[in-house]
Amino acid sequence: MKPAPFIYHRARSVDEAVSLLSELGDEAKLIAGGQSLVAMMNFRLARPAALVDISRLTDLRYVRAENGGLRIGALALHRDLERISEPSVLAGFDVLPSAARYIGHYAIRAAGTFGGSIAHADPAAEWCMAALLFDGEVVARSLRGERVIPISDFFIGFLETSLDPDEMITEVRLPVRRPGAAVAEFARRHGDFAVVAAMAAIDQHNGRCVDARLVFGGVGGTVMRATPAEAILIGSDLGPGAIAAAADASASAADPPADIHGSSEYRRHLMRVLAARAIKDAMNVRDPASDGRVDFKRQAPG
Amino acid sequence: MDIHEIRLTVNGTKHELAVESRRTLADVLRHDLRYTGTHLGCEHGICGACTVLVDGMPARSCLMFGVQADGRSVETVEGLGSPDDLNPLQRAFTDHHGLQCGFCTPGFLMLVTAFLRENPAPTDEEIREVISSNLCRCTGYQGILRAVRAAADSGAASDSGATSVSGATSVSGTASVSGIDG
Repeated sequence: MKPAPFIYHRARSVDEAVSLLSELGDEAKLIAGGQSLVAMMNFRLARPAALVDISRLTDLRYVRAENGGLRIGALALHRDLERISEPSVLAGFDVLPSAARYIGHYAIRAAGTFGGSIAHADPAAEWCMAALLFDGEVVARSLRGERVIPISDFFIGFLETSLDPDEMITEVRLPVRRPGAAVAEFARRHGDFAVVAAMAAIDQHNGRCVDARLVFGGVGGTVMRATPAEAILIGSDLGPGAIAAAADASASAADPPADIHGSSEYRRHLMRVLAARAIKDAMNVRDPASDGRVDFKRQAPG
Repeated sequence: MDIHEIRLTVNGTKHELAVESRRTLADVLRHDLRYTGTHLGCEHGICGACTVLVDGMPARSCLMFGVQADGRSVETVEGLGSPDDLNPLQRAFTDHHGLQCGFCTPGFLMLVTAFLRENPAPTDEEIREVISSNLCRCTGYQGILRAVRAAADSGAASDSGATSVSGATSVSGTASVSGIDG
């Protein structure tokens, strides 16, 4: 189908973009990569009265290591994350290139943006899961100024965020390194949104789990952190019993939706399987100090 | 109507035209500029039939508005070869049964053109991954896989055919670069 009519504006700066948003009100939408928005417009599921095109604000296309964390410009492409190779950028964030390979396909990853994915807030989106896994912070600008929104306050519901209509994401910060974090997904076809996806990060010391983070996609209105499962893992020996208990706890704590791709119970089953898979994969991380790629004692400042 | 004057280069030829903002790049190419080699299948970014190259990168032209392509360089299947003079990739598709009905073929050719420029010596696994981007309902993909394999092995496909454009291979994961689109 063809999209409904709209008025097109091309922003030449972030200032211009947010002032257009302020002027046009909540009938306006930002367009960056357009890989979700244009599809929704073609279906007429979305009928914005105006589009503000920010795709040429190339200053916002970056992925930078800084103070032990990562700063991702809103216009960094999926492809840019997929192709991070610089050890100082990759250190502690090596799950990002792995996760990027699950996002759509070549052409989609060459157009879609990190910031766009976060703003779109699909509950199965890899970047929304990653933002939760790494305790992300969303930097939002408007004419009223800039604010930093903790990711725990950001995703409100299905395709719904705490961004105000006049706000634009300029950057997403991932402040916490999680070396060896792992992703496991099940999708009906390669490149589709996952039916269920899991991301896990495990920090272990002397055979004990000292910290754990477990995040799911596709199991509710938003990406979801499985806090009860994390509590089971932390302090455990990470043996098969602990992993199975954590996987069960994840599934019990969720009330996943049923749709054409699977029943609620099927999704719970996938949660158990994928949680265990991601946890085991995350446990197998080698000591970062000796893995040859990352030297944590000599972190590049950014 | 919200009309915008745009300039774009298609296969090396410069065009200036007025487009309505809601007109997708695919429709601008097909209806306004008559590059009807670009096919439209699903019009929501799933099938990949409408894949063209924008500033050297593959793009689903149904998911981009023509006005967004203002100032960009577009490559379509018409830039690859002609019926009498197929380019090596097109010849490989013919030789290895990479098509039957041909509807999806322009999209596959453009997708693979970008892919082989970026990765001239791919593994079979990488080829499988990239051709899973687009839908083909005739071949079962094995012929396409063989065609891409043959084109890559001949070494001809990566540097032949369409107008060469800047920006295709300069994209890096960590640097800020120009040429975002879509």
